[in-house]
Amino acid sequence: MEKIKSLEDLKNLRDKAKETLRTRSGDVKVTIFASMGTVGIAAGAREVLKMIISELEKRNFSDVEIIEGGSLGLDVEEPVLTIERAGTKITYGKVTPEMAKQIVIQHVINGQPIGEYVIARSKK
Amino acid sequence: MKIFRTHALVCSGAQCLSAGGNNFKDALSAEINSAGLQDEVQIVETGCMGSCEMGPMMVVYPEGTVYIKLVPSDAAEIVKEHFLKGRPVKRLMWNASGKEFPTLSEIPFFAKQTKLVLRNCGIINPENIEEYIANDGYLALGKVLTSMKPQEVVDEIKKSGLRGRGGAGFLTGLKWGYVASQQSGDKYVICNADEGDPGAYMDRSVLESDPHTLLEGMIIAGYAVGAIKGYIYVRAEYPLAVKRVALALKHARAFGLLGSNILNSGFSFDIAIRMGAGAFVCGEETALINSIEGKRGEPRKKPPYPSTAGLFDKPTLINNVETFANVPVIIHKGAQFFKKIGTATSPGTKVFSLAGKVNTTGLIEVPLGITLREIVFDIGGGIPEGHSFKGALIGGPSGGVVPAEHLDIAIDYESLDSIGTIMGSGGLIIMDETSCMVDIAKFFLKFTVEESCGKCTPCREGTPQMLKILQRITSGEGMPGDIENLERTGRIISRTSLCGLGQSASNPVLSTIRFFKNEYESHINEKKCPSSVCDMKPKAMENKNGKKIRVRKIA
Repeated sequence: MEKIKSLEDLKNLRDKAKETLRTRSGDVKVTIFASMGTVGIAAGAREVLKMIISELEKRNFSDVEIIEGGSLGLDVEEPVLTIERAGTKITYGKVTPEMAKQIVIQHVINGQPIGEYVIARSKK
Repeated sequence: MKIFRTHALVCSGAQCLSAGGNNFKDALSAEINSAGLQDEVQIVETGCMGSCEMGPMMVVYPEGTVYIKLVPSDAAEIVKEHFLKGRPVKRLMWNASGKEFPTLSEIPFFAKQTKLVLRNCGIINPENIEEYIANDGYLALGKVLTSMKPQEVVDEIKKSGLRGRGGAGFLTGLKWGYVASQQSGDKYVICNADEGDPGAYMDRSVLESDPHTLLEGMIIAGYAVGAIKGYIYVRAEYPLAVKRVALALKHARAFGLLGSNILNSGFSFDIAIRMGAGAFVCGEETALINSIEGKRGEPRKKPPYPSTAGLFDKPTLINNVETFANVPVIIHKGAQFFKKIGTATSPGTKVFSLAGKVNTTGLIEVPLGITLREIVFDIGGGIPEGHSFKGALIGGPSGGVVPAEHLDIAIDYESLDSIGTIMGSGGLIIMDETSCMVDIAKFFLKFTVEESCGKCTPCREGTPQMLKILQRITSGEGMPGDIENLERTGRIISRTSLCGLGQSASNPVLSTIRFFKNEYESHINEKKCPSSVCDMKPKAMENKNGKKIRVRKIA
């Protein structure tokens, strides 16, 4: 570890370190709800979730929390993924790992929902 | 950067570890690995979360779910249900009334607390300096070194009105000012972490859960008074605390926050650990200084005070762990922020270890001026098993008792002083009607008799005499005049002892006589213990043949 030389360095390190603790603060821009009921897992929700995490890591995006939820009841559309961003919740259905990757890039990070995958939307 | 979707904060304070927390953590980590979640779930070992009664504890983020009383066999269920499927395991969660999924802030035990000193405890990993820095750690040090003169730091602490948290409540800023004004090249800063009161563990928790806050406070103090070196005097009975502080020192040095030329400011300061061997008297500042110097741990005559001639006869600043832990907050947020908390003459917060006959025992931090009723009934959840509150022993073996009629007393230095007890270092033992006050007084006096260093006569010879009388009273052999005798001896010891240990040794006795004289009288006159605690049969004695014989009462 290199020594900290100035107050500026210290503040930079603080900001960097803060990112890793964001999950504990509840203060995030995007919330991802992954439906992890038995049906969801059977339909491949685990792979979707793993893809989301690895994609977030790859793109260094930590302003997010991932919450595992139970099934919405919409079993036919599993795996279901809901993204909450700027007060709007958008739900995607029949998500594959490949789709999840696109959702992370376009919707989670850049705020552009992918219309063709959307099955529902709701305002807070 | 590594992102974990779930952070599992497992309490690794000494209490939770001794309740089996380590085994649970190992089991949890094994389960997480076998479920293939090791890249998604991060286990963080934190310091004490405070509610030790409920340990071993775990808090899971982002939801903030609180799990309590965990055993290794619970790990599989939590991983399979919660971490994998997102269904918190209800049966293991803290059962807060009306809330299905309570988070820490919704549990009454935590809701009424104000955390300054313990702000990071249970939230960060104490063995990771970056987590401390992430929560604005060492920013106060940066501010001090780059934009404040030493005198300004002293003034800021004076303005905040911070009082020493070790017990006596001396104004910290004033003490810093004395040391700063000494003209001497070599000055020292000592942190008194020799916490010895029975049942008290506030300092241990800070050392174990957030060691960097202490280091930061000490370095700031070193800069303010112009010291070259600091010592942390900690008891050897706190192995985990010693380990974590040593690690914190190593990390701080590696980051250039300790050692020579800190943050390129030209200021150099280093800190070393000294371990005490468990003598209670070494918590007294001059005895502690003797012990660091390698001498016998006995108090010195005052004056000279440590601020003029302390360690190695050099000007020395000596403060308690909790006092130092307040310093980064005051510097970072300003004296005005600090003064808003607490009362006018006792600003800030105080950490108490809440123990005894109360539903939720543990470590709490409350704003000064809070009433005892709020502590016992709101935070502590009341008295268990339908019993009623009888009294609270505050200040450990140097303190006194607060009886039920003073339940609404404000907890601050002046109010406690007015009823003959002291704030002390933070031991708070709650008693219900099954506790015998004479027995409690005897317990604490026995402790001080054993811990007296024997240097001065009143403490060495006086306290055993008092203990003898108490033993007589509690075994049904009390005599008229015993109470007056206790009071007189106690007063003499307080006035004539050399150090704080002796001066305060008789407090528990005098205070219980003041508020519960009727209990003493019924022990003596009716030979009855109202709480049925004391064995009122006269003590059996052995005769020459080794046979037990009863002491025969004079007709």
